[in-house]
Amino acid sequence: MPESTNRTGHALPPGAKTLRFRFNGKTYTGLQGDTLASALLANGIHFVGRSFKYHRPRGIFSAGSEEPNAIVETGTGGYAAPNVRATEVELYDGLEARSQNCWPSLSFDMLGINSLISRFIPAGFYYKTFMWPRSFWLKYEHYIRQSAGMGECPSQPDAEGYEKHHRHCDVLIAGAGPAGLAAALVAGRSGARVILVDEHPYTGGQLNDRRNSPATDNWLQQVTTELAMLPNVSLMLRTTLSGYYDHNFCTLLEKVSDHLPPAERQDCRQRLWKVRAKQVIIASGAFERPLVFADNDRPGIMLASAVRNYINRYGVLPAQQLCVFTNNDSAYQTALDAQATGAQVKVIDLRLKPDTPDANSLPGLAQAAGIQIHWNSAVSAVHGKTQVKGVTVHQLSDDGRNIQGPGIRLDCQCIAASGGWTPNVSLFSQARGKLRFDEEQQHFMPDRGVAINPNISAGACNGRFDLAGCISEGESAAFLTLDALKISASKQPVTQPPADPEDQPVHLAPRILWAVPCDHPIGEGPKKHFHELQNDSTAADIALAAREGFHSVEHLKRYTTTGMGTDQGKTSNVNALALMAEYRRLPIAAVGTTRFRQPYTPVTFGAIAGKDLQNLFAPKRHTAIQPWHDRHGAVMEDAGGWRRPRYYQQYPGESMHDAVQRECAQVRKTAGMVDASTLGKIDIQGKDAAEFLERIYTNRWHTLAVGQCRYGLMLNEQGMVIDDGVTSRIGEHHFHMTTTTGGAARVYQLLEDYRQTEWPELDVYLTSVTEQWSVISLSGPSAEAIMQPLTSQPVNAADFPDMSWQAMDIAGVPARVFRISFSGEAGYEINVPTRYGQAIWEKIWQQGQAFGCVAYGTESIHLLRAEMGFIIVGQDSDGTNTPLDLGMQWIVASDKADFVGKRGLQRNVFSQSNRKQLVGLMPEDASQILPEGAQVVLPGAIQSNDKGIGHVTSGYFSSTLESGFAMAMVAGGRQRKGDTLEVMLLSGETVRVTVTGTRFLDMQPKAAQQEAS
Amino acid sequence: MLLIECPWCGQCEQSEFHYGGEAHLTRATPESDNTELTGFLFLRSNVRGDTAERWFHAAGCRRWFNARRNTVDDRFICTYKPGQNAPQETTDA
Amino acid sequence: MILPAAKCGACNMQRYSLFNLIRQSLGYHRGWQSNWRTPAPKDHYDIVIVGGGGHGLATAYYLAKKHGINRVAVIEKGWLGGGNTGRNTTIVRSNYLYDESSALFEHAMQLWEGLSQELNYNVMFSQRGLMHLAHNEHDLHEITRRCHAIRMNGIDSELLTPRQIKQRVPMINLNARFPVLGALYQGRAGTARHDAVAWGYARGADALGVDIIQNCEVLGFDIQNNEVRGVHTTQGLIRADKVGCVAAGNSSVLAAKAGLKLPLESATLQAFVSEPLKPMLDSVVTSNTVHCYVSQSDKGELVIGGSSDPYNSYSQRGGFDQIEHVVGPMVELYPVISRLKMMRQWGGTVDLAPDRSPILGESAVSNLYFNCGWGTGGFKAPPGSGDLFADSLANDRMHPILQPFGLERFTSGELIDEGAAAGVAH
Repeated sequence: MPESTNRTGHALPPGAKTLRFRFNGKTYTGLQGDTLASALLANGIHFVGRSFKYHRPRGIFSAGSEEPNAIVETGTGGYAAPNVRATEVELYDGLEARSQNCWPSLSFDMLGINSLISRFIPAGFYYKTFMWPRSFWLKYEHYIRQSAGMGECPSQPDAEGYEKHHRHCDVLIAGAGPAGLAAALVAGRSGARVILVDEHPYTGGQLNDRRNSPATDNWLQQVTTELAMLPNVSLMLRTTLSGYYDHNFCTLLEKVSDHLPPAERQDCRQRLWKVRAKQVIIASGAFERPLVFADNDRPGIMLASAVRNYINRYGVLPAQQLCVFTNNDSAYQTALDAQATGAQVKVIDLRLKPDTPDANSLPGLAQAAGIQIHWNSAVSAVHGKTQVKGVTVHQLSDDGRNIQGPGIRLDCQCIAASGGWTPNVSLFSQARGKLRFDEEQQHFMPDRGVAINPNISAGACNGRFDLAGCISEGESAAFLTLDALKISASKQPVTQPPADPEDQPVHLAPRILWAVPCDHPIGEGPKKHFHELQNDSTAADIALAAREGFHSVEHLKRYTTTGMGTDQGKTSNVNALALMAEYRRLPIAAVGTTRFRQPYTPVTFGAIAGKDLQNLFAPKRHTAIQPWHDRHGAVMEDAGGWRRPRYYQQYPGESMHDAVQRECAQVRKTAGMVDASTLGKIDIQGKDAAEFLERIYTNRWHTLAVGQCRYGLMLNEQGMVIDDGVTSRIGEHHFHMTTTTGGAARVYQLLEDYRQTEWPELDVYLTSVTEQWSVISLSGPSAEAIMQPLTSQPVNAADFPDMSWQAMDIAGVPARVFRISFSGEAGYEINVPTRYGQAIWEKIWQQGQAFGCVAYGTESIHLLRAEMGFIIVGQDSDGTNTPLDLGMQWIVASDKADFVGKRGLQRNVFSQSNRKQLVGLMPEDASQILPEGAQVVLPGAIQSNDKGIGHVTSGYFSSTLESGFAMAMVAGGRQRKGDTLEVMLLSGETVRVTVTGTRFLDMQPKAAQQEAS
Repeated sequence: MLLIECPWCGQCEQSEFHYGGEAHLTRATPESDNTELTGFLFLRSNVRGDTAERWFHAAGCRRWFNARRNTVDDRFICTYKPGQNAPQETTDA
Repeated sequence: MILPAAKCGACNMQRYSLFNLIRQSLGYHRGWQSNWRTPAPKDHYDIVIVGGGGHGLATAYYLAKKHGINRVAVIEKGWLGGGNTGRNTTIVRSNYLYDESSALFEHAMQLWEGLSQELNYNVMFSQRGLMHLAHNEHDLHEITRRCHAIRMNGIDSELLTPRQIKQRVPMINLNARFPVLGALYQGRAGTARHDAVAWGYARGADALGVDIIQNCEVLGFDIQNNEVRGVHTTQGLIRADKVGCVAAGNSSVLAAKAGLKLPLESATLQAFVSEPLKPMLDSVVTSNTVHCYVSQSDKGELVIGGSSDPYNSYSQRGGFDQIEHVVGPMVELYPVISRLKMMRQWGGTVDLAPDRSPILGESAVSNLYFNCGWGTGGFKAPPGSGDLFADSLANDRMHPILQPFGLERFTSGELIDEGAAAGVAH
């Protein structure tokens, strides 16, 4: 096992537990509190991955969520996670991690060849080639796809679970650095409901980059403790404000157990919080900006602040020999801290040597500490491919555009680079905020927000970089926020930490060289200047984009893919824009910026899905009779949100065809019963109930007597059939409407719309009673004989005629019985309160046994009703059919003043005789079942390449008819009765059919249509 | 997700509501001409900016109401009950 | 060293080829020319196209290429392809239910099949196949009907069994809460690189003399005697004999400037991508019942979408609830993606017509044409839409394939109701 070579000492808590982990198959040790990245660096490992396009070796670049390079895969089996930032993985005992996007291994990657041919594959090269031969694209693409992509999708289902929660708060604060802490303290002390989130497992933000200092450490500890004690403040660590949506709706991703060994994890891996915040304070800090110099992607090249963070937070010195390359003062803090830890440090500063050096400035202190500073100099070459071995340093020309003089070589294993600082404006931008470019500090910062998303930015994300300033900005942001919330602010001031020797004024104003020169013109030699590491986008690519006309920032982004990596351009964004501005000779503000999109860091799909999977994916609506169905071999299906028996298997393995034929034959012979509880049911009451129905349905309702039932057809305003069902008059001002199963919710909402907004003058009230009634439909020649013993009232046709209803006791239970049928046989629809549903079903079932009564499902419903020529809305009609198309003109009372759809129907096109009309089809070969959906064509159409003239809507085999039969929508169909047509099968064969009416079973004309699907 | 002020229930999440399209359309009657019919059925102002629209508090009081909203910044200017005219006062835009 | 450019036939367009790529590499790519000029608008054009997306640029390209009309300007208020062309999920298919739709989308499909060569620009049209899943009996009924109808129109279409689906999409969970019972499959369907379509057409049109004017917003129309004479823009009045508005979600806004109302509603359609992954999904898979569709881009990202947000909006932003409505079904159907992550999301403004079919035709103002209403499916058609719209503008009559798609259908009632028949149309 390799020794931890780079551990310097004491940054992690003394006595931190030693942890073992594996990386690319080798075992290493780290300490409790490490990230995977810090542990790897402690073991002297910089080279951890390969880049996206050129497959160049890449190392750990940052210390946080902005990491573009060190993307690895962790875990195995159901715990495997691809595309994880090593800088964010908290080390645990037994952690497994692997490099990705390399084959066969990290050190020998076949696709490293892409790096050798990189000259031929600049940005957008694929638009210019792979076009010949035309048919070869899929083959080219196969190899492109193999070489692209990053991690592998896990092959096992997720072993862990997720949760989602809603929360409300007064103030949501993003970032627990000095500004966020100060804001939370003020808001918390004032009694506001505060949520303070930070993506790290600790508070303090960039205070963690600093050398241990009792002054600031105490301050941080006191503030954190006070916040933890305040009952109205939720301090949520390991939690990222990932999405800032409208009306201050924010999503927080909390990593609950990712930092634990799998054996210690709880049920919930991650939790997604959906927070509606009255106000938001953004205190998301700043990113250090990389320098764009020759081969600036080699493992060992890091952000200066990251190096400092590894030294001071983790006690890990990334290398013994370190070059700091900077254009501003802040990196000198890294130089000083590294030097203090025993490293050999040299500084290469792009800036000119100040005429009067200030001994108290950071460079002055560095010089006093014996650190060699190369002023007005640049790193012009980096040596080492899989690990930095040294740099060549050159003096810069006066204008900074060229190097000059002899170069000197410095040995180092790490380059700590700083190009200045970029406020993290992602969340502000997500919240629709507009940015402006600050010329002095050379960065974008928040300018103008929008009213629907009230927020305030404070601290470094607002361009404020000094500690005292961040704390006071946090305070004032809280005051403004409390003011907006009308909460009186606590008078207690936030204590500033006492002065710290580290708090030297930091001159951040950088010397701007957006691309640092080397020994050949940028883009015209072997060295590459990357501005975007993950997607391998170089300064030359931006020059190419500018040359080729991709001037818009969005074009630039899309053409060069800059900012499209998993880090979403957190560190690359400004450099890319600035380079474009430079090539186009425009101010950066004129080039503009892209909008940052949600999420801030990638969000696990499992967390977005939460527990809404499998049985919780969608409610399963069961009727009260479900247990009986389960016991009797029902094969269930999903229909309109419900679970319904499709057919009943009398014995295991009975085919659907056999079951349906058996069920239907028995209904025609004696009796059958079906659970029709899923029908939509709407209770309609009020003085104007009849008038309301008169307007909703196409036919007449004033004339319906109490105790009578009537079939109704419902249209939309265009005149198209959208629903049907039987409605019964319960009392003078009381109706019971039924709808199709699938249409119930839609119809109910539609009726409410008309009632409330179109005809508010009507005295009518609607109540959905679908779930209040269990409906048992009993029909067949023996239905009456089965029914009569169950009730004291006569149920024969004379006393209880078709299309009427009666209240009666059934087996002692009060019921509404409707004398209607959808099968064509004598039928009763028995409605009982749902709680009696199963009991009454069983009573009827027992009565029916002497008659061989069967239970039947939806398939038999469909066949039985089709034999009668009754339509199913949604199967025989599809939302584009008028009543006339369906042969149901008889139900349209054209002389009514108005009804929904009346005006729509009056358009001429709907009376044209060539419209598709519902007809019956009988195959010449009676054994044929015409497939639903099959095209109907004129005889010989296949040979003459004619189009279809219609399609089969319902097709079955009927034992009663001893033939296949079908319903179909056929152009001008009613005039074709008796004609021979053909139905085309997918095999290309055709079946000859005769056009008929739709009354396939000419039994005594029975009532109505009901029980639609 | 928007936050919507139901005139009866107060502020609620958008997921409780159904959208109902443009408000204040005049329903076509059998007396309407073709232009009126087409206007009612299909033509929409589809305003970029301040628009009047209908919402239904489906998972709440189950009542329809109207709202004025800016379709660019998604700011609700006001909500009001059916049958009322859109309040015409303008707020800061 | 700046190398001379090899030219392309008659026009002065630099030819793209492997040979030229290598050749330019030797000169460090300094010899590549701009894909398009940045011209100042001329005083007058034969035809002005408003909207620099895929449909508008294709229209301009075909006007110049096929009809010799190159006094054409494309006016774009932002950047080329910045609307729905650059915001969609790149799915292309031609398997529509109705004959009218089939004719239009299949015309587009056939142009797609040679588009990279036609434009000398690789649009990466990848015919990797697309399946629409069926989850219940109603769905099966629906896809069967469509399969028959599509075949009748001579377009490839087949029905897949669950087993065949599993072979093509190993990660699918056939026994999801709504089980996978079958699929409608079009092998010639697939994806293309969306930005490249705008850029390829723009480059081609520019080379043929079309002026592409970006950052130029139309403020109004110059209409005299109910005839359009030009457009007022942020760069002044541009006169034109004919104007074609191809502005997707902003069509109603343009129409209002001409005093017209359109049968359109604009809403946000969101989409998102995962982080890049090694190849894991070859086909495009869509499901109307649970509203999600997915493909994998050449970069390796899963490209995912669902239905549009429920309310009218021009904000190009949607709600997180809609994302949840898509991700839930995705994880249910493809459980192995649970630990993958959503990397980036965005929204576009789609122009939804009542029957979910596009609208192409002359408006009530003479010589003012609209090409809009493509809704959630516009990316399936830029080549076909552009070709046929150009033909119509050039010949002062709508091309026969486009005739059923005019505005008149909303008065006559002859809708092409792909929406009623298929739920949403992706």
